[in-house]
Amino acid sequence: MLKYIAKRFGQIFILFYVFLALLFLLLDLQPGDISQQFVGNPNIPPEAKEIMVRQLGLDQPKIVQLGNHLWNYSFGMDMGVSWSSYPREVSDILFSALPRTVFLFLTATVMSFWLGFYTGKLVAWRRGTFIEKSAMVTSIFFWTVFYPWFAILMLWFFASQLGWFPIGKFISVEKWIGAPYAADDVFMLMLGTIALVTLVYGVARYVIDRSSDDPQTRRNFHRLALWSLAGIAGAFWAFSARRTYAGDILWHTFVPVLTLTLVNFAGTTLLTRSSMLETLREDYILTARAKGVPERTIRDRHAARNAMLPVTTSLVLQLAVVIAGGVITEQIFSWPGLGRALLGAITAEDIPVAMGALALIGILSLLAHLVADITYAFLDPRIRVQG
Amino acid sequence: MADILTPPTERLDGFDPSAVLEEPLWRIRLRLSWRSFRKNWALFSDNKMGIVGILIIALFGIMALAHPVLMATVWQDHLEGGKNVYDIRAGADSIIVTKTIVEEVTDPVTQISQIEAMFLGTGVSIPEIGDTIEAPLANPAPPVLSGVDHPHILGTDPFGGDVFSQLLFGARAAFLLGAIAALSSVALATLVGTIAAYFGGVIDTLLMRLADLVILIPLLPLLIVVSGFWNVELTMLGILIGVLGGLGGTAIILKSQALSVKVKPFIDAARIAGGGHWRIITRHIIPNVLPLSFLYMMFAVTGAIFTEAALSFLGLLNIQQSWGIMINIAHTQGYTLEGLDVWWLMLPAGLSITLFSAGFFLVGRAMDEVVNPRLRKR
Repeated sequence: MLKYIAKRFGQIFILFYVFLALLFLLLDLQPGDISQQFVGNPNIPPEAKEIMVRQLGLDQPKIVQLGNHLWNYSFGMDMGVSWSSYPREVSDILFSALPRTVFLFLTATVMSFWLGFYTGKLVAWRRGTFIEKSAMVTSIFFWTVFYPWFAILMLWFFASQLGWFPIGKFISVEKWIGAPYAADDVFMLMLGTIALVTLVYGVARYVIDRSSDDPQTRRNFHRLALWSLAGIAGAFWAFSARRTYAGDILWHTFVPVLTLTLVNFAGTTLLTRSSMLETLREDYILTARAKGVPERTIRDRHAARNAMLPVTTSLVLQLAVVIAGGVITEQIFSWPGLGRALLGAITAEDIPVAMGALALIGILSLLAHLVADITYAFLDPRIRVQG
Repeated sequence: MADILTPPTERLDGFDPSAVLEEPLWRIRLRLSWRSFRKNWALFSDNKMGIVGILIIALFGIMALAHPVLMATVWQDHLEGGKNVYDIRAGADSIIVTKTIVEEVTDPVTQISQIEAMFLGTGVSIPEIGDTIEAPLANPAPPVLSGVDHPHILGTDPFGGDVFSQLLFGARAAFLLGAIAALSSVALATLVGTIAAYFGGVIDTLLMRLADLVILIPLLPLLIVVSGFWNVELTMLGILIGVLGGLGGTAIILKSQALSVKVKPFIDAARIAGGGHWRIITRHIIPNVLPLSFLYMMFAVTGAIFTEAALSFLGLLNIQQSWGIMINIAHTQGYTLEGLDVWWLMLPAGLSITLFSAGFFLVGRAMDEVVNPRLRKR
């Protein structure tokens, strides 16, 4: 297992450098020179131009430039200085946007996977019924729906027609006037709470599974652990002075997360269904039926668990959909994340920020692939053993 | 003895099948392909969803063909100030109707407020309530209007362009882009996949690592950056999507199919008969991979249409008119929060993209059941 993870990690590491080199190529191939943006200005005297070219390192041979590019991106965390909001550093702009994108991305991925797997399982189980047909039509609709359009309609419905949720953005500025906390700090604290709860719950599950053999007892203890942890976290926030501010942020996250989840769950549903249908034909399902295992157990334990493998593999391909959807969702809901930074930079011709945002989105996607691979190895013993 | 010594290829080329066959060869081939088509059609039409998909694609095909025909015939004479009101580009049009001046406007089509009428009037006198005035119908103009002479059956966009004409033109753009992207993607994927499977070794490793890299690169953000740097047009976008899609996941899937063909005895037979690498790849492996290629072509169309529409929605492409641009205009002109109140701006374009993608997706799924026997209902 460790060997496999190390191998995948090495591959991802190499791919990351190839990706960064490709970004440099993209930068280099663009019409004109990157220096033309500054150097083309007739008001700047030629000596100043020369100094600029030297400072930007454009007089050096291409291979040295590529080396500098790779070095700065990986070790110095130096992506240059933004042109549209000079003199802010690109890394400063992007790293403040990163947590919000990661949050949107993670919640949407986890929720859509859970929802998709659950519906796919039920749909395959009830093949041929009206429920199956309507669920299939819904899934195909969400799978092929044009997100930007769907997101606009969601925004219109929830924010304008019902008026329950705000019209995009991350916070309602008027509520934060005179607030003693920075929005980013409150948000980071919220993310920290979620991460801590997940971590402790994972450890608790591990301990419970080791200490008990009875499935029913395990399930009860799992539930107990989850509810008590959620209770503690909830109480912490309810008595915290930051609760109104945290509530404001949560209120803003609802519609974007819902939209991204809805457009992403359908792929998992369709795949789980076909995978389940194949699993249900296996001999061991027949055996389980013959020995009188309850139908529910057959569905959830015998069939669904095995049907999960191909679905996890496809998670890798789904990631592209989540990332693309995330960029568009951020744009429509004015969610200040990486995707919005990327689009804003492209519109403002702020090349350093655009390249940095693309690189960060690339890293996110690489890491997500790594996690998906490890999960797959964890689920499928064959990969673990082979290394 | 001399017969054995001649190189096998020459013997193959010298062989004339028509000498032994009673019918011409083309007729046999035609009959065989007709037979396999009928068999596959029976399998395909078992799946009602696939038929729905074909009908949807046919509908959009008619729409795409209808645009130039209508422009040349029915829509030809609708000139307003020297320009055709149905022209997707120059067709900005504002319809003048007679409106009654009222205190409170309940029906914006036939009524106008006193203040608005004041701005329209040329004279100094304040328009009286109850008077009628010639006023432009608002842009975007809604479609169905009673008693208004209105040439736009689906209304107009915020600039006064005809929505129906734009919708038909969008179908043309979608087919063009889908065809370019799907053909280039699948041609490339088939070639890369079969070459990697056939030669194996270093070539295989190189091509497959390249495929891994392409899968990992987030396509939409990359295309956003590319379209920010360069002036991307429809054909170029189609080729870009095709190349990036064709080198990635599709190539890997087609390679595994080609691998399963490569180990079949008839490939060995062809080698022994003296077939060269190129001949075996093109005449023996590719025909057996093609059904799966056609399948991925369908899915490639869905992906390409979505990417184009998303990029045009973000306003990053240099494209004359497409469904994505129709939504972009409604969005950037500030009709986002009116949602379905301006349904003729939102629904036709959005539903067209969704249905068009769904049509190809459904056909792809139904073809999947034909190509992939495991998925059939037993």
